[in-house]
Amino acid sequence: MPSLIDFRRRIRSVKNTQQITKAMKMVSAAKLRRAQEAVIAARPFANSLRQMLANVAGATRGSETASQHPLLVERPEERVLVIVINADRGLAGAFSTNINRGAQKFLVEDKAGKTVEVEAIGKKARDYFRRRGFTIAGEYFGLTKSPKYADAAAIGRKVAERYANGEVDSVYLIYNEFKTVMSARLDIMQLLPVPLPQDHSGVDYIYEQPAEDLLATLLPRYVEVAIYRAILESAAAEHAARMTAMDSASSNAADVIERLTLYMNRVRQASITREIIEVVSGASALD
Amino acid sequence: MAATFALEVATPDRLLVKDQVTEAQIPGLTGYLGVLPDHAALLSELGSGLLTYVIDGKTRSVVVSGGWVEVLPTGTRVLAAVAERPDEIDLKRAQEALDRAERRLKEAGDWDIARALRAAERARARLEAASKTGR
Repeated sequence: MPSLIDFRRRIRSVKNTQQITKAMKMVSAAKLRRAQEAVIAARPFANSLRQMLANVAGATRGSETASQHPLLVERPEERVLVIVINADRGLAGAFSTNINRGAQKFLVEDKAGKTVEVEAIGKKARDYFRRRGFTIAGEYFGLTKSPKYADAAAIGRKVAERYANGEVDSVYLIYNEFKTVMSARLDIMQLLPVPLPQDHSGVDYIYEQPAEDLLATLLPRYVEVAIYRAILESAAAEHAARMTAMDSASSNAADVIERLTLYMNRVRQASITREIIEVVSGASALD
Repeated sequence: MAATFALEVATPDRLLVKDQVTEAQIPGLTGYLGVLPDHAALLSELGSGLLTYVIDGKTRSVVVSGGWVEVLPTGTRVLAAVAERPDEIDLKRAQEALDRAERRLKEAGDWDIARALRAAERARARLEAASKTGR
């Protein structure tokens, strides 16, 4: 039977762990707030760009040059590139497992028999896919810490160039979309060839430049913005997942402490009872 | 009350301006566009330069570079690759960028002339914006 000192030691150790998980929860909450603000700040640009692209796409429909744009041409899909956005660090519950599993399922089941490559954003994605023998086309770390547009743009330019050169036939983006603090949704989005938004508002613009030229400048930016938005969403979802995980770790620790304290008191009570019996029986022996 | 229209200036990572304005001067790729309320729908690429707009008779400005401008009956949206308020401009950096670009344009070398031209234009727009607002 463990002694009182063993219990005290265990309880102290669990309390220390609980302090760490509590602190991590608080840090994640602060980071989550900042990440959410970044998501909201990026929204107006992304929405307007999408609407503009939809309108220009509507105006250029049927145009030969427009449909031949290197980011729009469709080829038989043989070589697939996926951009997987994941965390750099763990301790976020099922966050990284969900995204890796979802991405692997997509590659192995939906894209079976095709050549696949992975652009890994985040250490967790790189480690997972490298261990399983996937081709890693590129790896990027530290992007989700405070996402920069320039980083997303660099990745966007790289994949767009590879697509335009015919090195890959399609590009997908796989990331966790931030829904609420408690839930994230795995999103698999086709990036290239660009699926043109169809909901054009029917505005008849005066075009300062030919609509085809505008389409050609809008498309690469659209790809970059999609990646940027996915990184922001993923960062917010990661902090939310870590916060939730640390919250339940803290309350688990509280449960463990409570149980240990109960056992400890029982052990102490048992030893007190034993001592009393000894004293009483010793005294009665003297009678 | 003068007629107004909604002006939005956004970059990929933030929204800089969202106001009801009475007029705006926007640097298009092929020259400045003056926008007043009820302007016809228009779509253009954005150049580099000083975007000025008027709210309640007060003129304000931001430096923009690269992107698009969309004029709609409901309002005008500027999507810029880069946009800064005049008080955010790093004068030293802009001056250095201008000097570097001008040097590159004068001397032949292994660099992209078009890029240097654009850089010079951007830097000039920044410096001009800063001087106009009295810094």
